Amino acid sequence: MNLYKYASPTNFYPLAGKIIPWFATPAAILFGVGLFVGFFIAPPDFQQGDAYRIMFIHVPAAWLGMFLYILMAIYAGIGWAFNARLASMMASSISITGAMFTFLSLVTGAFWGKPTWGTWWVWDARMTSTLILLFLYIGFISLQSSIDDPRRADRAGAVLALVGVINVPIIYFSVQWWNTLHQGATIRILQKPTIHGSMLWAMLIMLAACWLYSVAVVLIRVRCIIVEREQNANRFVEATV
Amino acid sequence: MLRWIVWRDLILAWRRRADALSTLFFFVIVVSLFPLGIGPETELLRSIAPGVVWVAALLASMLSLGRLFANDYQDGTLEQLLMTPQPLYLVVFGKVAAQWLTSELPLICIAPLLGVQFGLSNQTLRVLIVTLILGTPVLSLIGSVGAALTLGLRSSSVLISILVLPLYIPVLIFGAGAVEASIIGLSPVSHLYLLSALTVLALIFAPWATAAALRISVE
Repeated sequence: MNLYKYASPTNFYPLAGKIIPWFATPAAILFGVGLFVGFFIAPPDFQQGDAYRIMFIHVPAAWLGMFLYILMAIYAGIGWAFNARLASMMASSISITGAMFTFLSLVTGAFWGKPTWGTWWVWDARMTSTLILLFLYIGFISLQSSIDDPRRADRAGAVLALVGVINVPIIYFSVQWWNTLHQGATIRILQKPTIHGSMLWAMLIMLAACWLYSVAVVLIRVRCIIVEREQNANRFVEATV
Repeated sequence: MLRWIVWRDLILAWRRRADALSTLFFFVIVVSLFPLGIGPETELLRSIAPGVVWVAALLASMLSLGRLFANDYQDGTLEQLLMTPQPLYLVVFGKVAAQWLTSELPLICIAPLLGVQFGLSNQTLRVLIVTLILGTPVLSLIGSVGAALTLGLRSSSVLISILVLPLYIPVLIFGAGAVEASIIGLSPVSHLYLLSALTVLALIFAPWATAAALRISVE
C-alpha cells in the first residue's frame, strides 16, 4: 500500500471520514468513564476538598494546549518546506483546537484558583506563559484568517509558527525569572508528593479522552478545509454522502 | 549595497520627517499620560517608571513598523530589491538598521528626559539608556518579521501588534527588569547580559525569517 497517496487532500478526505468514528466514539466513552471516576470514585483531597476535581479537565487541557502548538508548528513547517498542502491544512485545523484547550486551561485554572488560592488570577510563571501561548495562537489564527490567498496564508502562518516555537522557551524562562524576581514564594499546584491511585486513573483517562477528541475534531475540521479549498474534492463529498 | 539601502532609507525618512517625529511624540505623550492616570506620588512613579517607559517604547515601535516595507511594496521597489543578486538578508538588515536609526534612536535620546520626570537618579538613567540601546534593536528586528508577514493586508497595522507584541515580552521583562534592579540598588548586569543575548539571537535569526516572509508576501 502506498501511504504517500494520502498526502493528497482529495485522497485523504475519504480516509479521514473513515478514521473519525474510531476516535470520536472512544473519546465519548472515555469522557464518560473519566468524569465518572473523577467525580464519584476518586476520594476528596484532604487539603482542597472537592475543588481539586477540576484538575481532571484542567491538566489535560493545559497539556494539550502546549503540545498542540508544537504539533501545529511541525505541520506548518512540513507544509512550507515540502509544499505539502495537507500538512498546512492540518496546521490551520490544529490551531483552533489548540487555542480552545489553552483558553479552557486558563478558565478552569481560574475556577480552581478561586477556592484554593482565594483569587481568580495570580501572575504566576506558568499561568502567565499559558496566557502568552494563547496570544501566540490568536496571532497565528488572525494572520491566517486575514490573508485571502490560501497558499500565502499557509506559508505566512508557517513562518509565524516557527518564530513562535523558537520564542516559546525564551518566553517561558524569562517569565519564570521575572516571576521569581517579583514574588518570593511560588504556589505549588499539587502540595502532596503523591496522588491517590483513582485520581491518577481519572486524570489519565481524561487525558486520553482529550487526545482522542482532538484527533477527531482536527480531522473533521481538516475535511471542511479540504472541501473549501479543493474544487475537485466536491465529487468525493458527493460520493461519500 | 548595505550602505546604499541604509542611506536611501535615511534620505526617504528625512523627506518625511513628520512620520519619525510623530512616533517620538507618541512615545512622549504615552509616557506623560501615566502620571495623570495614576497620581503624582513620586515613590509610586519611580517604581513604575521602567515599565512605563518600556511599554511605551514597544507601542511606539508598532507605529513605525507599518511603514518599514509598505511604501517600497506599494511603489514596486521591494520587488526590485528581491531580484537583486545581493543576499536578501543584507537588504532586510539595511532596512531594519535605517528604521532603528530613524524611529528608535530618537526615543533613546528623549528617554532620559522622561526618566527625570519620573524622578529617576542619574545612575538609573544611565541603566535605562543602556537597556534601550541593547533592547530596541530587538524590537526593530522581531517587528520586521511581523511587518513582512502582514505586507499588503487589509488590517495590517492592528495585525502587526497582535503578532509581534507577545514576542516582545522577553525584551520587556529584561529591559524593565534591569532598570528596576538599579532602582532598588541591585546590580543590573545579569539582566543586561540576557538582554544582549536576545539582541545577538535576534540579529542572527530575525533578518533571515523576515527575508523568508518577504518572499512569501511578494510573489
